[in-house]
Amino acid sequence: MYLKLRGEEVLDLKFKIFEPPRFYEAFLRGRRFSEAPDITARICGICPIAYQTSACNAMESAAGVELTGGLRALRRLIYCGEWIESHSLHVFFLHAPDFLGYDSALAMANDFPEQVQMGLKLKKIGNQIMTLIGGREIHPINIRVGGFFRVPTKTELESLVPDLEWALEAAMATTKWISDLPFPDFERDYEFVALQHPDEYAIHEGRIVSNRGLDIGVDEWDDHFEETHVAWSNALHARRKNGGAYHLGPMARYSLNSEQLTPAAKEIARVAGLGPTCLNPFRSIIVRAVEIAFACEEALRLIDGYVRPEAPSIEVEPRDAIGHGASEAPRGTLYHQYQIDSGGLIIDAHIVPPTSQNQLSIEDDLRAYVVGRTQLTDDQLQWQLEQAIRCYDPCISCATHFLDLTVDRE
Amino acid sequence: MSSPRPRLAVWKFASCDGCQLTLLDAEDHLLDVAGAIDIAYFPEATRGEIEGHYDLSLVEGSITTPHDAERITQVREMSKALVTIGACATAGGIQALRNWANVDEFLSIVYAQPQYLDTLATSTPISDHIDVDFELRGCPISKHQLLEVIDAFIHRRKPNIPRHSVCVECKLRGTNCVMVAQQIPCMGPITQAGCGAICPAYDRGCYGCFGPSQSPNIDSLAEWWGRLGVPEIDLIHALRTFNAYAPEFREASEALER
Repeated sequence: MYLKLRGEEVLDLKFKIFEPPRFYEAFLRGRRFSEAPDITARICGICPIAYQTSACNAMESAAGVELTGGLRALRRLIYCGEWIESHSLHVFFLHAPDFLGYDSALAMANDFPEQVQMGLKLKKIGNQIMTLIGGREIHPINIRVGGFFRVPTKTELESLVPDLEWALEAAMATTKWISDLPFPDFERDYEFVALQHPDEYAIHEGRIVSNRGLDIGVDEWDDHFEETHVAWSNALHARRKNGGAYHLGPMARYSLNSEQLTPAAKEIARVAGLGPTCLNPFRSIIVRAVEIAFACEEALRLIDGYVRPEAPSIEVEPRDAIGHGASEAPRGTLYHQYQIDSGGLIIDAHIVPPTSQNQLSIEDDLRAYVVGRTQLTDDQLQWQLEQAIRCYDPCISCATHFLDLTVDRE
Repeated sequence: MSSPRPRLAVWKFASCDGCQLTLLDAEDHLLDVAGAIDIAYFPEATRGEIEGHYDLSLVEGSITTPHDAERITQVREMSKALVTIGACATAGGIQALRNWANVDEFLSIVYAQPQYLDTLATSTPISDHIDVDFELRGCPISKHQLLEVIDAFIHRRKPNIPRHSVCVECKLRGTNCVMVAQQIPCMGPITQAGCGAICPAYDRGCYGCFGPSQSPNIDSLAEWWGRLGVPEIDLIHALRTFNAYAPEFREASEALER
C-alpha cells in the first residue's frame, strides 16, 4: 500500500492487490456451461459455495429454470455451512486477535483457550454441513447446474441437529463476548448494497438493493455498476455508474435486511447493542457473529422442513442466452454473467468478486482513518491500517497480513 | 531442555488459498500441530513472522509472474525441506490453461489495460523452477495426507502417500463402479487416490482433481469413454482442468488433439 502524507494531510493513498492474474474469464470460453460451478469454485478456496451458487444461478437463469422445494432448501443450507465456516474463521482467527492485541488465534490460544476452542468447533460444524451435502468442505463436488448429483436423506441431515443446536448457543455467546471488545470510534456514511428477498434474509438469491434507493434485478447489474482497471492493482475496481464507491458484506446485509433475521439472531443483535444499521466497519465483527447465529438457526429450520426431492437435479437445456447470477458470499455480493450458445458452450464470462467491489470503499475508509493517526510510527500505522482492511474480510486476507506499507512523509 | 520445535512456513503463489486453508480445517489437530511445530510464517492465519530459515516450507500455488519466479528461489534457499501442496504448485493448476493460449489475448479479454500487468506466458509447477522434496497432489489436498506429510518430515521419514488410482478407494469404500453400473464417464482409473473416492460415492464420475496416478492407462480410458458415447472434446477438457499441465495428462490431451 502506498500512502503519501503532508503533515496530517493525506495526499495520496493506493491500496494494491498483487494477486497474480489467473484469467478465469478467458479460459472459460469454449468450456461447457455445466463446468462453470466446478471451475469457478477454484477462484476462492475460502468461499467456493458462493462461486458455485452464483454460477449455477446464472446458468439456470440463462436456461430459464429455477430450483424449488427440497433442491432450493439444500442450496440455501449448504450456503449456511459456508457462512458459519468462513465467518468463524474470520471472527476468531483474523479479526478478534486484532482487538485483543495478538498476532494470531494460535498466539491467543494460551490466554483465551475457551474462545479459540469454541471458534474451531463452530468452524468445524460449518464444514460438516458442507461435507455432508457437498462431499467435502473445500471445493465441494456435489453441486451442479440444476441441483445436485446426490441428495441427502432427511435422517442424514438430522445428524447435524445436535451440533447445530450447540453452535447456535455458542454463536450467541460469541456475539456477547465480541460486543464488549474495544472498538475504534469510526463511522462512515456508506452506500450499502446487498441482495434482498421478499421471504427471507437473502443468501443465495434475490434482487440487488441499496440504502440509497437502488432496487434492481440481478440481470440489470451492467446498467448500474462498472469495473475499471487502475495501474496500481491487479484487481479490477467496481463502482456505481454514478461514480460512487459502495459497501458490500455483513454490515450491508444487516442494515438492509435485519428485520428478516431469525428470532434468536435478532434478539442477540439487540443484546449486543446493534441498532437498525451499523456504520462502524470495526463493529462488522459483531454483525458477523450475529450472522453465524442466524445461519445456525436457519440451518435448523431448513433441516426441520426438509423433504427429500424425488430427483437430485432438474433438467437444464442450454439455449442461446445471457444468464446472470448473484449470491451473498460471506464477504458480499458475488456476481456472475455468462453468454452461452444453444450447444451449451460458454461464449463469454464476467465475474465480479466482492473484494473488487469493496476496494474503493476500503480506500475511502483508509483515507478517513489515517486522519488523527499520522503521528504513529510506520509500524504502528501499518498494523492499524491492516486492521481497517481486515474489517472487509477480503479474499486477499492472506495478503493483508503482510501488507507492505510505504509511507511518504513530506 | 527439549530441542527447539521445527519451524514451519506456508507460502502462497498463484492459487485460491484452499490448500493452505486445509491446514486450518484440521480443526481437531490444529492446536496439536501448533504445539509440536513452530508455525513461523503463515500469512493466512497470523501476522507474526519469524525471519530466517525454516525446517519445512509448504508451498501453494504456481509460478505465473517474473516476480514469483524470483521469489520461489529465495523460498528454496530459506527452507531445509520444501513440499508443494496442491494441483497449482504441483502441476500448474487450472491457470495453466493459458499454456495452450496466447497470453496477450487472455490479458485483453479480462483486463481493460493489459499494459498494467506483468505476467508470464505460462503457469508452471514449482518443480520447473527449483528442487522439490515432495509433491502433495489434490485440488484441494486431503487434510489427512497433509498431516501425514508434516508428520513424516518432522520425523524424517518417507511420507506414506499411495500413488494408486481412485478405483482402489472405491473398492475400499464399497462403492459400485459408476462407469460399469451407471455408464457415467469417470476419470477414476487414471487419477491418483487420496480424496477418498468422494465423487463416485455421490453418483458422479471422478473429475481428476488429484492428477494422474502412477502409470495411468489413458488410452484405455479413452476407449471406455468412446464406448459411452463421450465426444472426444469432452475427454480433452476433462484432462485439461485442474491438473492440465501434469505431464501424463498434458501429453494425452495433446495427442488427442492431433
